Amino acid sequence: MIPLSPTDYDAIRLSLQVATAATLLSLPLGVAAAYLITFVKFRGKILLEVLVNLPLTLPPVVVGYFLLLLLGKQGWLGSLLNDAGIRIIFTLKAAVIASAVVGFPLLIRSIRVGMEGIDPQLINASRTLGAGRLDTLVTVILPLSVPGLVAGSSLMFARSLGEFGATIIVAGNIPGVTQTIPLAIYEYAASPTSEKMALSLCLVSVLISAGVLFLHETMAKKIKRKG
Amino acid sequence: MRLTMNVEKSFGPFSLMADFTVNEERLGVFGVSGSGKSTLVGMLAGLQEPDRGDIFLDDQCLFSSSHKINLRPEQRRIAMVFQQHALFPHLNVRKNLLYGFNRCPPKQRTIRMETLVETLGLEGLLHRSVTNLSGGERQRVALGRAILANPRLLLMDEPLSALDDSLRFQIIPYLRSVSERFGIPYLFISHSVVEMRLMTETLLLFEQGRMVEQTTSEQLARHRMGCSPAGYINLLRLHHMTRRDGMCSYRWAGGELLLSASNRDTESGLFELSSKDIILFKKHPEAISARNLLECSVIGLFESGTKLGVELQCGEGVLVAEIVPEAANELEIRVGSRVHAACKASAFRRLASVDRKT
Repeated sequence: MIPLSPTDYDAIRLSLQVATAATLLSLPLGVAAAYLITFVKFRGKILLEVLVNLPLTLPPVVVGYFLLLLLGKQGWLGSLLNDAGIRIIFTLKAAVIASAVVGFPLLIRSIRVGMEGIDPQLINASRTLGAGRLDTLVTVILPLSVPGLVAGSSLMFARSLGEFGATIIVAGNIPGVTQTIPLAIYEYAASPTSEKMALSLCLVSVLISAGVLFLHETMAKKIKRKG
Repeated sequence: MRLTMNVEKSFGPFSLMADFTVNEERLGVFGVSGSGKSTLVGMLAGLQEPDRGDIFLDDQCLFSSSHKINLRPEQRRIAMVFQQHALFPHLNVRKNLLYGFNRCPPKQRTIRMETLVETLGLEGLLHRSVTNLSGGERQRVALGRAILANPRLLLMDEPLSALDDSLRFQIIPYLRSVSERFGIPYLFISHSVVEMRLMTETLLLFEQGRMVEQTTSEQLARHRMGCSPAGYINLLRLHHMTRRDGMCSYRWAGGELLLSASNRDTESGLFELSSKDIILFKKHPEAISARNLLECSVIGLFESGTKLGVELQCGEGVLVAEIVPEAANELEIRVGSRVHAACKASAFRRLASVDRKT
């Protein structure tokens, strides 16, 4: 049995909460952005592509800093939300947003690969059979993108579990509030006496990540067999 | 169906220009690949937008650059049968068939699923996955799906090109009879002269993005006889096969024909005979190795390249033979003259066998 303290349990719960929320929140946006990039011709498409992929190449700390500028009390969006009585910075919401932004490129890439693999004639067939754009998206494109959606979601979920750089800047490292597994490990690692505690949490992290990947592989196989 | 298209579209070095009005229930669009046929069909279906021009179908404007009209594909009620069937792999046969039907306004639903399934012989397949169908079955489901959308025009974009020869000619009767039975006009696109002749009478000829002329499929076949290595293909419907002297004897409108024994499994069917495989004699040859000798009269002559096509009336049947002009002079062939036409038993090639039930 791995020895875990109550704050460790909190960290595990928060990590799962943040990863789930970030993934669910990003899914509709990811589908919309992947659809736009794959199927719609418009000016400035390359800008959108660069923008959604930027968090992949930027250091997460930089992403976190930008988010802090945007969502902080003096920030452009933060001040508006503050007036409405909503506080983002140093709450779980901030951790979710940080994870969502950092993991978004991974999600969108997988969905895109799925969508680009769809035979364009199927979409043409659907349109000539009387389906509008939205109808075609829901009844043809989405069902055929399921493998991409599954792959993207699990990648993003796994990435969110490991999110550190952006989270620590916008959400801080508050035990029981915003302290996820990586942040807790960071704290343990900083103190010379908590080596064992750090190791336990690392083990938990490995178990969860392996579990996610295992689930992903099983689902991918199942979908492949069905198709 | 009255269709008017006056459109232009260019991409890169390729440009397409078409200007025509046709009033036909069955129309062919013929041209080699790259001649612009598929682009034309795409513009008609609303999948591609012309650079400029107008498209009218039965008094309704589908596209007009000057009036800024461009109906979306789903508003045009023009269904398509694609080269590669384009069946939805995540839906079973039944759901594929009903895809267009469910999106058609109830008032316009005149074709019932049961009737169509029976006509296309799809009864046993309804709950199968489309990934487990044979090529011919897939194309029949694709045709059924398009028809069930109750369209006012059906576009068939080389629907047979992905099938092998024997299947192609089995599908053609379905393509034709289904749209005739349900009263849906169609536009058939192909680069095969034989397919064209089986599917349409009138056709538009496209070359390098330009509509060259409006002609008939028969005219096209005759025109191309002189330059085609296969000559003119005579299409013969043969039936009532009986075995005789180790060969197969068939009844044809123009008399009895002997074919090689390899056809013994075909009770009746569609056969081709090239104009190159017919030899003409002025008088009855006493002995000849070719097993078929038909007495016929010349009812027409036409030039095609360096060859001369001879249209022959044999009983109720008509054949086209090709000869060089010198031979015509020697044999004194002119309209009204009597000749004997010979062809070998092995010169016939079966295109499709016809099921006894149909």
